[in-house]
Amino acid sequence: MDFTLLFIQTINGLQLGLLLFLVASGLTLVFGILDFVNLAHGSIYMLGAFICAALTFFLGNFLLAIAVALPIVAIIGYVIERTIVRSLYTRNHLDQVLGTFGLILVLDTLAHLIWGPAGISVPLPQWLNGRVEVVEGVVIPTYRLLIIATGGAVALGLLWLVNYTRLGMLIRAGASNRPMVSALGIDIQLLFGLVFALGAVLAGLAGMLISPITEASIGMGGEIIITAFVVIIIGGIGSIKGAFIAAIIVGLIDTLGRSFLDTIFKLVMSTEAAESSAPAISAMLIYILMATILAFRPQGLFPPKVR
Amino acid sequence: MDRKQMITLAVMAALLILPPLFIWTGYAFYLDLATRLVILAIAAVSLNLLLGYGGMASFGHAAFIGIGAYAVGIPAYHNTYGEFELVASYNGFFQIFLAVAITALFALITGIICLRTKGVYFIMITMAFAQMVFYLFISLEVYGGDDGLVIDTRSEFPLLNLDNPLHLYFFSFISLAAAMLIVRTIARSQFGMVLKGAMGNEERMIALGYNTYAYKLTAYVISGAMCGYAGALLGNFTTFISPEMMGWTRSGELMFMVILGGAGSTIGPVIGSGLFVLVEELLSSFTIYWHLPFGLMLILVVLLFRGGLLGLISGNSKSGGH
Amino acid sequence: MDSLLTISGLTKSFGGVHATNDVNLEVAKNQLHAIIGPNGAGKTTLISQLSGTLRPDAGRITFEGRDITATPAYKRAGLGITRSFQITSLLSAMSVIENVALAVQARNKHSFRFVRAAHKISYLRDEAMRALEKVGLAHRAGENTAGLSHGEHRQMEIALALATNARLMLLDEPMAGLGPTESEKMIEILQGLKSTHTILLIEHDMDAVFALADQISVLVYGKIIATGTPDEIRSNVAVRHAYLGEE
Repeated sequence: MDFTLLFIQTINGLQLGLLLFLVASGLTLVFGILDFVNLAHGSIYMLGAFICAALTFFLGNFLLAIAVALPIVAIIGYVIERTIVRSLYTRNHLDQVLGTFGLILVLDTLAHLIWGPAGISVPLPQWLNGRVEVVEGVVIPTYRLLIIATGGAVALGLLWLVNYTRLGMLIRAGASNRPMVSALGIDIQLLFGLVFALGAVLAGLAGMLISPITEASIGMGGEIIITAFVVIIIGGIGSIKGAFIAAIIVGLIDTLGRSFLDTIFKLVMSTEAAESSAPAISAMLIYILMATILAFRPQGLFPPKVR
Repeated sequence: MDRKQMITLAVMAALLILPPLFIWTGYAFYLDLATRLVILAIAAVSLNLLLGYGGMASFGHAAFIGIGAYAVGIPAYHNTYGEFELVASYNGFFQIFLAVAITALFALITGIICLRTKGVYFIMITMAFAQMVFYLFISLEVYGGDDGLVIDTRSEFPLLNLDNPLHLYFFSFISLAAAMLIVRTIARSQFGMVLKGAMGNEERMIALGYNTYAYKLTAYVISGAMCGYAGALLGNFTTFISPEMMGWTRSGELMFMVILGGAGSTIGPVIGSGLFVLVEELLSSFTIYWHLPFGLMLILVVLLFRGGLLGLISGNSKSGGH
Repeated sequence: MDSLLTISGLTKSFGGVHATNDVNLEVAKNQLHAIIGPNGAGKTTLISQLSGTLRPDAGRITFEGRDITATPAYKRAGLGITRSFQITSLLSAMSVIENVALAVQARNKHSFRFVRAAHKISYLRDEAMRALEKVGLAHRAGENTAGLSHGEHRQMEIALALATNARLMLLDEPMAGLGPTESEKMIEILQGLKSTHTILLIEHDMDAVFALADQISVLVYGKIIATGTPDEIRSNVAVRHAYLGEE
């Protein structure tokens, strides 16, 4: 058993999990508070990556680019909410899914129009491009640690926001009793706009963070959205705590599965069988996990209390 | 004969007469378009059984199309290149049987899990299962993985030569007519009444004594198998079979076909597929960025036309989704 | 006394509130047993446990000698129990007769029949019409359910219950929202069913209750405080105090 590899892949799994959490938390927040299913969430993730990539070249500094790109993504999110999302609130979830499906086509093509069909690779500043020796003999790229730190910080930030601030209280109240919140004189429209923008920022940030590793590309939105759905289904749609735990689990299982499934299989079957079946099964692993959890808990692990 | 029946007759007549005309007048390209339209219409008809009569918005139907296509591709591949004697075959009956049987089994297993959920959960879970199959086939390097599989021999049937585009077209057209008849019959049968009742008010149906889960699961399997059949035809038509066929976005397109034309009617999905394919062709001939106006159109359709186009034509205000 | 339905020690709580608090009840065959009580007493919760949509926390429900406490909801209709809903629950997209025909169709072991068109099956149509005639809606058979009045919808609820050929009918406030003439009509319909059906009736309308009931139970805060004939209940001090006095 190669413990170095195990440790490194665990770190990678953790990183993937935290990135998934960034995307999933926005998705579940919007669904939990606004009762809105946003299929185009993945496209916002993609736009974040592209805008940051473009700004990195324009400003010459990756971190500065993120700082400028985040408010831009927030504005884009707010605009989308005001225009399309708002007209779909009263509609059933299927209409919302179909409407945002159309939105994906629009946003993806816009990206194609603006930045062309090829992806953009984002260069990292020198100091982020290095490696760190975490434990004796185990070397991890600095950037991955940054992602983990950022993801963790955002998770803590969201926890604080939702549980300890006035805005968080409004968010939780809005989720459980919309008419009451309106009756209190709070501008629900504004609240919803802000929440949607927050969701967009979270997705955009994730896209920005991943782009130096995988490059900003048009297909990235479509890939991440289904995984994000799997995460919130497992975690319980509408629950941030659920999204966090599920994201970590999914990130770890997916990463460790791809690395070690053939090793595990070789314990119980022939080398040949293990090597031919492992790639296929590891590709399906998180879905099998989802199906198993749903078999016992159709509402997910931590479904929020219904209003 | 009411308006809906007249429209049905008109559309089917057009589909029967025009394509041979295309060949005889030299516009073979339009025959290709018509074939694709008809095959996708079968898939849309199968989804309509589930959505229009059962209220189940499955975003996983692309998986059935893909599995059906590979059920043609994989046997053909092995027959050409050897190995896996058990499935190696060009025989059309065998391939179709494989397509229908495997998709039915897949529908049963995933349906058992999916149908324990409702609404948006159901939509997301069906999407996830389709994506799972997509990744599965990408990981199967032996069948081309990401690059897909090309077959040089179409399904072999007695008396038919599927390499002849007209044969392939009429085979598909008759399949479509059969599919429409099957769905129509089921919808009006006792089973169909229970399904429609469960769509309208499930609590009431349970109180009357119906195990609605069992009925919905049955509809899900029938729908999946029929869609698998469409996939087998599609594989034959394109001869290029790839995981792209089962990406979840394909399911979205299928859903739009059903809703555009009017869910819950026999001819609706056919009109929807026709519109979809034609608009796609038209727009893509103007610009490579045709997904932009296309996406805008889809958004507009959702915002404005709630009953589907057929609903508009026949004056119905049936809700297009549940 | 021939007891069709026996409820013993039934308890159901929602977060500390006892919606059903150790309820004991017996319903005799072909009797109309009414349950009255102030709003929020837990009447609908009780019916839901009898129909199977809610699982009790404790206690037993016995029907025709058989313990059905854990039987799933959809199976209870097959055993001979049917319920009507306080808030009208019909298939509004279908016609009146299609609704009732589905109730008739449910009598069969299963409906996995895919070929014959349902509307062509005469036995389904005839039985549905019979139920509709009993509630006076036969003339509206072909019309779309959504177009009927509230009173007619309440009549449809009874028709559905009848059409299942159930031996025990759980009726949850059939008179809800009915005006005076409609109420009289409903009382007439229920009178007509009394001797041939066993009915557990939840109602607010006191005139109906005292006119129809063979036995009355009074439910207050989830507990049965009295059971007896209409006269016994009318003269019961505790009942007057807890319920009738509050009117």
